[in-house]
Amino acid sequence: MSAPFRLGAGGRIDRSRKLRFWLDRKAYEGVAGDTLASALLANGVHLVGRSFKYHRPRGIMAAGSDEPNALVSVGSGSRFTPNLRATQVELTDGLVAQSQNRWPSLGRDFGALNDVFSPLFPAGFYYKTFMWPKSAWKRIYEPKIRAMAGLGRAPTLPDSDTYTQRYAHCDALIVGAGPAGIAAALAAEAHGARVILCDEQAELGGSLLAETKATIDGKEASAWLSDALSRLSHSPNVRWLSRTTAFGCFPHNMVGLAERLTDHLPSPSEGRPRERLWQVRAKEVVLATGALERPLVFPDNDRPGIMLADAARQYLARYAVKPGTRVVVVTAHDQAYRAATELAEAGVEIAAILDIRQDASGSWAEQARGAGLHILSSTTICATSGRHRVSSVEIAPVGRDGKVGPRSRLACDLVLMCGGFTPAIHLFSQARGKLRFEERLNAFLPDGGAEGVRCAGASRGIFGLDAAIADGVAAGEAAARDAVGGGVEAAHSPVPLPKDLDGRRLDPLPHDRSPHRVKAFVDFQNDVTAKDVKLAVREGFRSIEHIKRYTTTGMATDQGKTSNMNALGIAASALDKPLPDVGLTTFRMPYTPVTFGTFAGVARGELFDPVRVTPTHDWASAHGAVFEDVGQWKRARYFPLKDEDMHRAVARECQAVRQSVGVFDASTLGKIEIVGPDAAEFMNRIYVNPWSRLEPGRCRYGVMLREDGSILDDGVVGRLAADRFHVTTTTGGAAQVLNHMEDFLQTEWSGLDCWLTSTTEQWAVIAVQGPDSRKILERLVDDIDLSAAAMPHMSVREGHVCGVPARVFRVSFTGELGFEINVPADHGRAVWQAVLDAGFSRSLTPYGTEAMHVMRAEKGYIIVGQDTDGTVTADDVGLSWAIGKTKKDFVGKRSLARPALSDPGRKQLVGLVTEDPELVLEEGAQIIAEEPTASHRSAPHKMIGHVTSSYFSATLGRGIALAMVAGGRRRMGETLYVPMPEGSIKAVVTNPVFLDPEGKRLDA
Amino acid sequence: MQKFSALALLRHAFGGHEGWRPQWRSPEPKGTYDVVIVGGGGHGLATAYYLAKEFGISNVAVLEKGWIGGGNTGRNTTIIRSNYLFDESVALYDHAVKLWEALSQALNYNVMFSQRGVIMLAHNVHDQQSLKRHIHANRLNGVDNEWLTASDAKAFCPPLNIENSMRYPVIGAALQRRGGVARHDAVAWGYARAADALGVDIVENCAVTAIRRGVNGALEGIETTRGTIETRKVGVVTAGNTSTVMAMADLRMPLESYPLQALVSEPVKPIFPCVVMSNTIHAYISQSDKGELVIGAGTDAYVSYTQRGGLHVPMHTLEAICELFPIFRRLRMLRNWGGIVDVTPDRSPIIGKTPVPGLYVNCGWGTGGFKATPGSGHLFAWTLAKDEPHPINAPFRLDRFRDGYLIDEAAAAAVAH
Repeated sequence: MSAPFRLGAGGRIDRSRKLRFWLDRKAYEGVAGDTLASALLANGVHLVGRSFKYHRPRGIMAAGSDEPNALVSVGSGSRFTPNLRATQVELTDGLVAQSQNRWPSLGRDFGALNDVFSPLFPAGFYYKTFMWPKSAWKRIYEPKIRAMAGLGRAPTLPDSDTYTQRYAHCDALIVGAGPAGIAAALAAEAHGARVILCDEQAELGGSLLAETKATIDGKEASAWLSDALSRLSHSPNVRWLSRTTAFGCFPHNMVGLAERLTDHLPSPSEGRPRERLWQVRAKEVVLATGALERPLVFPDNDRPGIMLADAARQYLARYAVKPGTRVVVVTAHDQAYRAATELAEAGVEIAAILDIRQDASGSWAEQARGAGLHILSSTTICATSGRHRVSSVEIAPVGRDGKVGPRSRLACDLVLMCGGFTPAIHLFSQARGKLRFEERLNAFLPDGGAEGVRCAGASRGIFGLDAAIADGVAAGEAAARDAVGGGVEAAHSPVPLPKDLDGRRLDPLPHDRSPHRVKAFVDFQNDVTAKDVKLAVREGFRSIEHIKRYTTTGMATDQGKTSNMNALGIAASALDKPLPDVGLTTFRMPYTPVTFGTFAGVARGELFDPVRVTPTHDWASAHGAVFEDVGQWKRARYFPLKDEDMHRAVARECQAVRQSVGVFDASTLGKIEIVGPDAAEFMNRIYVNPWSRLEPGRCRYGVMLREDGSILDDGVVGRLAADRFHVTTTTGGAAQVLNHMEDFLQTEWSGLDCWLTSTTEQWAVIAVQGPDSRKILERLVDDIDLSAAAMPHMSVREGHVCGVPARVFRVSFTGELGFEINVPADHGRAVWQAVLDAGFSRSLTPYGTEAMHVMRAEKGYIIVGQDTDGTVTADDVGLSWAIGKTKKDFVGKRSLARPALSDPGRKQLVGLVTEDPELVLEEGAQIIAEEPTASHRSAPHKMIGHVTSSYFSATLGRGIALAMVAGGRRRMGETLYVPMPEGSIKAVVTNPVFLDPEGKRLDA
Repeated sequence: MQKFSALALLRHAFGGHEGWRPQWRSPEPKGTYDVVIVGGGGHGLATAYYLAKEFGISNVAVLEKGWIGGGNTGRNTTIIRSNYLFDESVALYDHAVKLWEALSQALNYNVMFSQRGVIMLAHNVHDQQSLKRHIHANRLNGVDNEWLTASDAKAFCPPLNIENSMRYPVIGAALQRRGGVARHDAVAWGYARAADALGVDIVENCAVTAIRRGVNGALEGIETTRGTIETRKVGVVTAGNTSTVMAMADLRMPLESYPLQALVSEPVKPIFPCVVMSNTIHAYISQSDKGELVIGAGTDAYVSYTQRGGLHVPMHTLEAICELFPIFRRLRMLRNWGGIVDVTPDRSPIIGKTPVPGLYVNCGWGTGGFKATPGSGHLFAWTLAKDEPHPINAPFRLDRFRDGYLIDEAAAAAVAH
């Protein structure tokens, strides 16, 4: 089973380490250093996949991340990964790969029927059909289309791997570790720059890895490479990252890198992250991203065994693999001669080199000629044959007039094509660099415009090893100079383009067949042919963006790396426009696909968002509390005893507070300390309330508005001193309120002398509420007079509780006599325990947010965000008393003057009681004024409001609700209707204060 | 207009598809039009189509600075639904859904409207209150929207994670079965082809450079990069660039323009049967007919006209996607992009007249305009033709920001579009 196409010597592989792997349950053998693609080729396997639309057999076309065809699924279970390029999958022992998009097998795929009927399926055919009968779209057509589409299967088990993320800063980030990139890194490092060098491949070196003969500085290329890497690895200023793709350029030289850490390991150790996202902020970026070889567009150019010429050379040089035994080369570029020559030297028979050009006189061509290779100029390919592997080609001469002459047939098992090279300008373009079209290369080249980003080597059209290294040195020096200064005066300017690398073929090759009958592929993966591009133009799609979208060319998982320029060339010819006038589609991140998990990093489960807990959380947890999420906080919702449900637990908790005393952790409330000579003035502006005459030691319920006049937040504010306010906000609104305040303080009122500090997490807040609350507190407080006379409702005192410095508020959200003890958070748990101990004899009952909600609703206290939404004003919820009528201005005041905000039809807060006291309305239920007649289901109904809060009140023995109802305050006593799917519910409008409207209990 | 059908495809197959003609012409702009629509996105093209089709006004030009459908029409995540809260919004968006349901046949262009159902997730009590409020309001307005328990939601969308180990577990969901997705490009092209067939000139690569007004202030014409056009009625439908176009008529719009990003995965076989949205943890997702997962979230934080945003925004989106659908963590992002959305103070659109006689505007769709395309076009055409709004778009007037009669969907529901 040893690989028959592996050479006995050469290559950067380790023949002593044999690796066994499977494709579609067939076992093969490769060696360490192989990719899945090179190992398959070494075994003579070319058929690897099926195309997207026509399910045509496809082989390995490229050697890197530009591969469009050879997509496979790798792994199993929780590590199953679809759509990987075989050219990028590093071989590991035991690797299991599956081909995709075929049924029942890769060899026999029923989907290939699409190819037979392909005349019916030109570009965009689906826009023209599947419309009749209308109902068939949902039931038949769309499910069928979807089943045919897609590539691999999605994983069905949650990913068991983990991912990690890092930030980094550097002077020069160098992307691409080919000759130009390495030269740039050496130069930048030598001039004192901190360098990060990254490359998408497992080994750094780029094209140097396939240089078997060239010398650099008098050394063999491979020796130069290892010396250079050794120097870089010994420098404290250089970090190099292999298997790391720079996938995106973001504003201000932020570059995203995706580093693959474990996929190349046969059995990664448990817990080691699979990939790492780097967010690198680089002073200077050097893009040495190389160039991508272009295929040629000729009939049936997609059979397995038809490859890019330089890719074949790389398989030979790097992996010691002969991709075929008898080769036909077809080219429009001199680089293919090099591939042919090197393959011939390795003992591969070169049947012929077909050059579409009239003469090839470059140095590579001369070498090939010198080696006696059979060269046919002005020759094209009219046809290829071979079902699962190319077996022959039909070639024909092309006359000076463009006429195709008589065909002849050449048997072969490998066809190499080369249409030239496309500089990889993706990242440069993402960085918003400008491009210009270079006629001589038929390529777009970088043309400035991206600050702090420069290209080097082939990515800016500078080909040839020596030139690339020189360009890399210049770019590295220039980047170092711009990043760290110093005496370097490096000019980094274009060098002349070498003539012998001239390649300029973007049109399909001429042939003698009916253009309607042949398929000459442009985008291999998406099955877009030259005639599809022409059809799009014929149908009026003139912009390249339209052509792309209509034909889907360039939209496959390779994002057009091999296809975009050919599509553009064909489109330009069809439109009869110069190519640059047709334009380019936008380059977008990522350069190659990046795993979702890499972006998500550690953010899963508990780490998805910080969990904020109060000082009593563990106690509550131990006492059986059921928690709810409120923003990031975990809040105890209720404390069920034994087999109590929420309803019974809440009823018990409420009764305890109403009859004796309860304790509640209110620590989550937002707290902001506002301090400074202008603190009161700031408060006057940000709140609707007046604050100037609030005496230190007193509290006030504050309401603040958005600029549009709607309620933003509320909360009790205590004035501790003339220049100091202790502000509280809602739990969910804390951050938003601080932002709102800072926004105004910093941008509108920068003259005000005061400071805002978030103190939410500095204070633990323990609310002791109920008729007996004073008695409990008195046992814990020494230095504050808690008597009703000394400390009335809505006052605040500073002193000590259990010997701990405290701010004690006499406030109530339950309607009972109550206190809120603020102590430093670290003492919260201890003081909580002291309160519990002090209240033991009085059956002090811990209660949760649900009981708190019920009790505040009994009192008609609103919750911002539940009873209000962003449309509700202070007056709507009966809070116009809070507005300082004589204040000149406050945020939102101007908006209140708009007619809509005093419309008598506005919704107003009311109470609702159902006819049936046992019934609890559903929160969110809508309210109508007229009793629904025949069928309450008949819509539409004129809705006049909705239920905002609704509970069963154990204290009142009935369901109560708060609601926002149009003109609600004028409707007291009216019967309204709440139409539910099961039937309409009658409810009577009441005052929203259901309990103790005079507030006697508060003032106890 | 060449009729599109399976039979036509078959017939043309014999001729090697040589017989297909341009789906819309590429005319030189004329000197005069009855109505000029500025902006060749879905809304603008739909407006032109309905002007010609419903109101007999076919001497119409659609001027597009670049290529039609190249703005937000071609950049959105194609979600269509009408389960909005307020009566005004429901009327507007459901008008559109009804047109969507017959759009492929009306245009003879398969826009692939797929009523796969849209699920909006509740993760906490507040979400549940809000979604229930929507469900009840929708029901009384005759619009479908139903409550699902977490396990119902899982049954409707099997990849959904409803485990309690989630940071914000799913406690329920609202489902609008009539909601779904469509093929965005086809909407632009279908409207363009149908409008062109009715005589509308679709002029691409034609930017408006000035708006000319007479002594009485009324509109008299416009200057473009392809010459002067005389017209008494101009409808501006330029989404993220509305402010800059309207400034040419000295109108300052209550709009802010933000980048909104979206992304797709590599295509996979069918795995995701519906649309899922979560406002609380910021993500929405569906699978396209091609097999890509189409994913979006909220806008970037800062105003901008550049069609890209920060990396942290798609990162946060994918955190949410991986949390909701842990089986997707190994899938890969294929492409990320941005568009510019124009956001009004109440997050509802503006469709109607302006203080300049003859100048009309349709803008402010924010992050959710695609779903409204047919309805928006139809109502704007009505407004242009009759010089008064249709009852459905009457509340969506520009001067509501002056008198305060807002339609504040975002404030009321805090649900992304």
